[in-house]
Amino acid sequence: MNTTVVAPAHAEPRDFLCREEAHPHSGTLLGFWLYLMSDCFIFAALFACNAVLGTNVAGGPSARDVFDLPGLAVNTALLLFSSVTFGFAMLEMARRHKRAMLGWLAVSGMLAAAFVGLEIHEFATMIAEGAGPGRSAFLSSFFTLVGTHGLHVTVGIIWLIVLMVQMGKHGLTEANRRRLMCLSMFWHFLDLVWVGVFSYVYLVGVLR
Amino acid sequence: MLSGCDLVLLHPAGDVARQESDLMIASVILMSLIIVPVLIAIGVIAWRYRSTNKHADYDPEWDHSSKFELMVWAAPLLIIIVLGAMTWIGTHQLDPYRALTRTGAGQPLAATTQPLEVEVVSLDWKWLFFYPQYGIATVNQLAAPLDTPIHFKLTSTETMNAFFVPSLSGMIYSMPGMQTVLNAVINKPGDFDGFSSNYSGEGFTDMRFRFLGMSQRDFSRWVAKVRASGGNLDTRTFNQLNQPSRAEPVHYYARFDADLYHRILNRCVDPGQLCMDAMMTMGAHGDHAMRDGAAGDAMPSHPSMTAPARDAATH
Amino acid sequence: MPDRPAIWNFLLGRLSLSSLPLDNTIVVWTFVAVALGGAAVVGAITYHRQWGYLWNEWFTSVDHKKLGVMYMVLATVMLFRGFADAMLMRSQQAIAFGSNLGYLPPHHYDQIFTAHGAIMIFFVAMAYIAGFMNFVMPLQIGARDVAFPFLNNFSFWLTVAGVVLFMASLFIGDFSHAGWLGMPPVSELRQSPGPGVDYYIWGLQLSGLGTLLTGINFVVTVIKMRAPGMTLMKMPMFTWTTLCTSGLIVVTFPILTATLFLLSLDRYIGTHFFTNGFGGNVMMYVNLIWVWGHPEVYILILPMFGLYSEIVATFSSKRLFGYSSMVYATASIMLLSYLVWLHHFFTMGSGADVNSFFALTTMMISIPTGVKIFNWLFTMYRGRVRFTVPMLWTMGFLFTFTIGGMTGVMLAVAPADFLLHNSLFLVAHFHNVIIGGVVFGVFAGINYWFPKAFGFRLDEFWGKLSFWFWQIGFWVAFGPLYVLGLMGVTRRLSHFTDPSLQIWFIVAAFGAFLILLGILSFVMQIVVSIRRRDELAVGNDPWGGRTLEWSTSSPPPPYNFAFIPRVHERDAWTDMKKHGYQRPLEGFNAIHMPKNTAAGMLLAGLGTVFGFAMVWYIWWLAVLSFVALLAAAITHTFNYDRDGHLDAEEVARFEHTGNWAPKAQGTTA
Repeated sequence: MNTTVVAPAHAEPRDFLCREEAHPHSGTLLGFWLYLMSDCFIFAALFACNAVLGTNVAGGPSARDVFDLPGLAVNTALLLFSSVTFGFAMLEMARRHKRAMLGWLAVSGMLAAAFVGLEIHEFATMIAEGAGPGRSAFLSSFFTLVGTHGLHVTVGIIWLIVLMVQMGKHGLTEANRRRLMCLSMFWHFLDLVWVGVFSYVYLVGVLR
Repeated sequence: MLSGCDLVLLHPAGDVARQESDLMIASVILMSLIIVPVLIAIGVIAWRYRSTNKHADYDPEWDHSSKFELMVWAAPLLIIIVLGAMTWIGTHQLDPYRALTRTGAGQPLAATTQPLEVEVVSLDWKWLFFYPQYGIATVNQLAAPLDTPIHFKLTSTETMNAFFVPSLSGMIYSMPGMQTVLNAVINKPGDFDGFSSNYSGEGFTDMRFRFLGMSQRDFSRWVAKVRASGGNLDTRTFNQLNQPSRAEPVHYYARFDADLYHRILNRCVDPGQLCMDAMMTMGAHGDHAMRDGAAGDAMPSHPSMTAPARDAATH
Repeated sequence: MPDRPAIWNFLLGRLSLSSLPLDNTIVVWTFVAVALGGAAVVGAITYHRQWGYLWNEWFTSVDHKKLGVMYMVLATVMLFRGFADAMLMRSQQAIAFGSNLGYLPPHHYDQIFTAHGAIMIFFVAMAYIAGFMNFVMPLQIGARDVAFPFLNNFSFWLTVAGVVLFMASLFIGDFSHAGWLGMPPVSELRQSPGPGVDYYIWGLQLSGLGTLLTGINFVVTVIKMRAPGMTLMKMPMFTWTTLCTSGLIVVTFPILTATLFLLSLDRYIGTHFFTNGFGGNVMMYVNLIWVWGHPEVYILILPMFGLYSEIVATFSSKRLFGYSSMVYATASIMLLSYLVWLHHFFTMGSGADVNSFFALTTMMISIPTGVKIFNWLFTMYRGRVRFTVPMLWTMGFLFTFTIGGMTGVMLAVAPADFLLHNSLFLVAHFHNVIIGGVVFGVFAGINYWFPKAFGFRLDEFWGKLSFWFWQIGFWVAFGPLYVLGLMGVTRRLSHFTDPSLQIWFIVAAFGAFLILLGILSFVMQIVVSIRRRDELAVGNDPWGGRTLEWSTSSPPPPYNFAFIPRVHERDAWTDMKKHGYQRPLEGFNAIHMPKNTAAGMLLAGLGTVFGFAMVWYIWWLAVLSFVALLAAAITHTFNYDRDGHLDAEEVARFEHTGNWAPKAQGTTA
């Protein structure tokens, strides 16, 4: 069978083809945004576990016993500041100032690294006190939720370093700018999740 | 007993199961109102409009008709509204936590009737039944007098099971550290199948018991027989019993440690273990404790959202 | 850890010679068969010097059509595996009565039903669906490929990685015996200390990641890459259902990932999410897994609804009736599917209000589903129905699925579910909808789109034979299970005491045998069709299709469309035909094409090694493969040179091949 089909008499001709090669818009940002939404569901599941298991201390320490709120304030500030400095980096990228952008990125990375460092310290202290993830369902859910967030931040830092190298090598190409946009969304997303962790796991945890 | 094709779910021997079964049959009849015409229409329309039948109309552009579209949404909607109403009422009336108000059609329950209390524990892989009112316990055999409400409380040691006597009533999960409740009544004498209907590992296949529906006199005799067996279920014998085993024979116990069920439920059978309810009191979060199903027809709380079980047993 | 010098435990973890199930004759013979079969295939490929071809044209391909075909092949292979498990179970249950314990002890039987369920859902149904969506959707929207071709290749190989781990468990160690959803407490360390549950976890984590990436990829593809003029309400139904299914994947598979992650934490580092003591809560797992699990069944069925819509319209030679109703019905099923998970455990003892709520939401799903059935009915009405093989499967679906839907609503009536939960009635119900809905759809779809993929039709005789064996076999196999369910028989039993049940199990086993004949007829259909391919050769539009995939050659060129189509109406290809569209034969442009890459295979391969190392506690290998995985992924991002192009002459060559009008023209239906 071939494609030449006899046209009915009444049908007027229509243009059925695009004669020029179009360049479709990149779907990367949308795709990455969808990935973030899906990641949201991972965190949602972990938050749900914390909501259900958060008071199951099994005779062990409760939130009030283990959380160090002043330390937490420092930690939160570090992460929020890293988001601000990342914003500066994005502004510099828009102005095509590569060096300034790299500078701000480095600052963001270091703030995030300090955040992860403090978190590791917090975990180590708790485990040393006998309040490790195996002590109770409450602590399991705490370590898993906070740890998963910390793992995301760590991945973000690795990605940041890789991207800085690539920016240094290839400059502010379209592909690199797109990648940095994605990382920026990731960074702010983690900030948002942290606000949830901070207010729900820590503050509500201490209250309930 | 099952015979060649005994569809026990369609004519069970207990009032609760019968009402559930009636609802099931009603739902089939209701849905048949739409399913049967549709099944016939599929055949008729496909055949009538077969490509070789040049007499049938052919309208390749016909793809919309407000009348038909209204119908295709409205017809299933109507059926579901009726079925939904039936389900809503039935789900509330047949809530396993709700105390029985009748023992059969037209047989309301006298206010003075005391239900038979049974505490059920699923072990690996057998069933343990406590009769706190009689001070006896049995393994893999359960008996109840006819037309008397039975109030089950259920928990489990290590695995999750479902307690199911198809002739008696619907099933309910038994879960470690949690308590569920089931209310039922048996109306016909007999020796019925009971088993776990939630897969629980290697010995699951053999996790069966007999459920005996008997007259009040036979039941008294049965209790006497269990008492005469002389066995004692204490922590030590319980721990022996709790070892995983398959196809366990029937055991009778004339006595048991009064708080044993409570300790099983709160996971503190062995001396020195802290009971879950005690931990909760320490944490002062008692508001998360589970509803005791005997209290009335307040809504049961969601077991999955529940912290350790509260002491619901009253010995 | 086995008792041996520490160095061996370091090198091999808990893996030892005794992990090989040499004492199990069934497994040993299976292994011998698989090894011989594998050797024969490898030998044949080597002898015919096809490795280079496979590598260049298939394994490293980022072409959605080739990936689609590879998914279909993978799913078919796994169908054989899953069906072999089914035959083992049916024969065990047919003989294991009274003193006869059958030939499968519980330890083995439990692994078989677990493997059967998990494989059929994840590696048969899901893989077939991924195959259809891959092959068809970009063609239907007039796109050159999906949004992220490399990711697509990576997704496929991740699915393969899951398959490899599942299959490895057959011969090295054992598989999970905790049921297809891996429910604790059975799946916790206490009851499952062996590697089985770990195989299950890592196999599903790898393939689940692949599925998630597919979901993201396809949502972006549908949203961003439709041909000009194709508004949302002009998309073909199959594309709509692909969009909805992909959307569901994006919002549900992360929950599966999270849930299995928590279970693995319980098993590996001793947390207490789902344990009995220390405040863990089993029902948390049950809730979470069904929050994923129920949408999952709609992930399976929605694309099939789309596929049936295409087939009914095509073979009725008529527009689909009630297109917008269909779209809204699909979308509402998608939303409602997220609100029904608790109906899988009404018997947990939730309150009557909670149970009623979930019962009602479940029943509500039957409304849009009913609407769809009616719409297919009215599509045939005033049409010209051609009973080709795809249409027969669709008719079989309409009958079977409608009845399955009815038993489903019975189960949704919470008090009735107290009696029917976990019974063989339930087993019959979900096979009724999954076989009647998904499997029938798979065969309908294969018969429908095969000519598009390969340029020749499938043989009708064997196709019809396969259909009738399946259709009759299904009812003979599962009718008795409905009856047994009403007799109060529960599922997952490996032995029975009541001899009066036996006759029903024997009938069911005979039904499974009929289905086996159906599968063999399908294999014959493929073989016969390949032999007769010149006779059966077709042009671009063998069925009088309505959507854009039929406007390009069979098989389509690598770039799908020499010129991106411009869409004016729904049923774009029918519209083109009506307006006397003439295919241009000159004036082609050069076309950008993504390059092939081995990165997907490499990354997924490292993932497989990592999974295997984790299963066997070979920590050094786990660390090594994980670092290698990370390094490979980073290295891959340094490759900026991912596009090539096809110049105009090459395009012209493709546009003048015999794929458009075969020499020996077969009879087109």
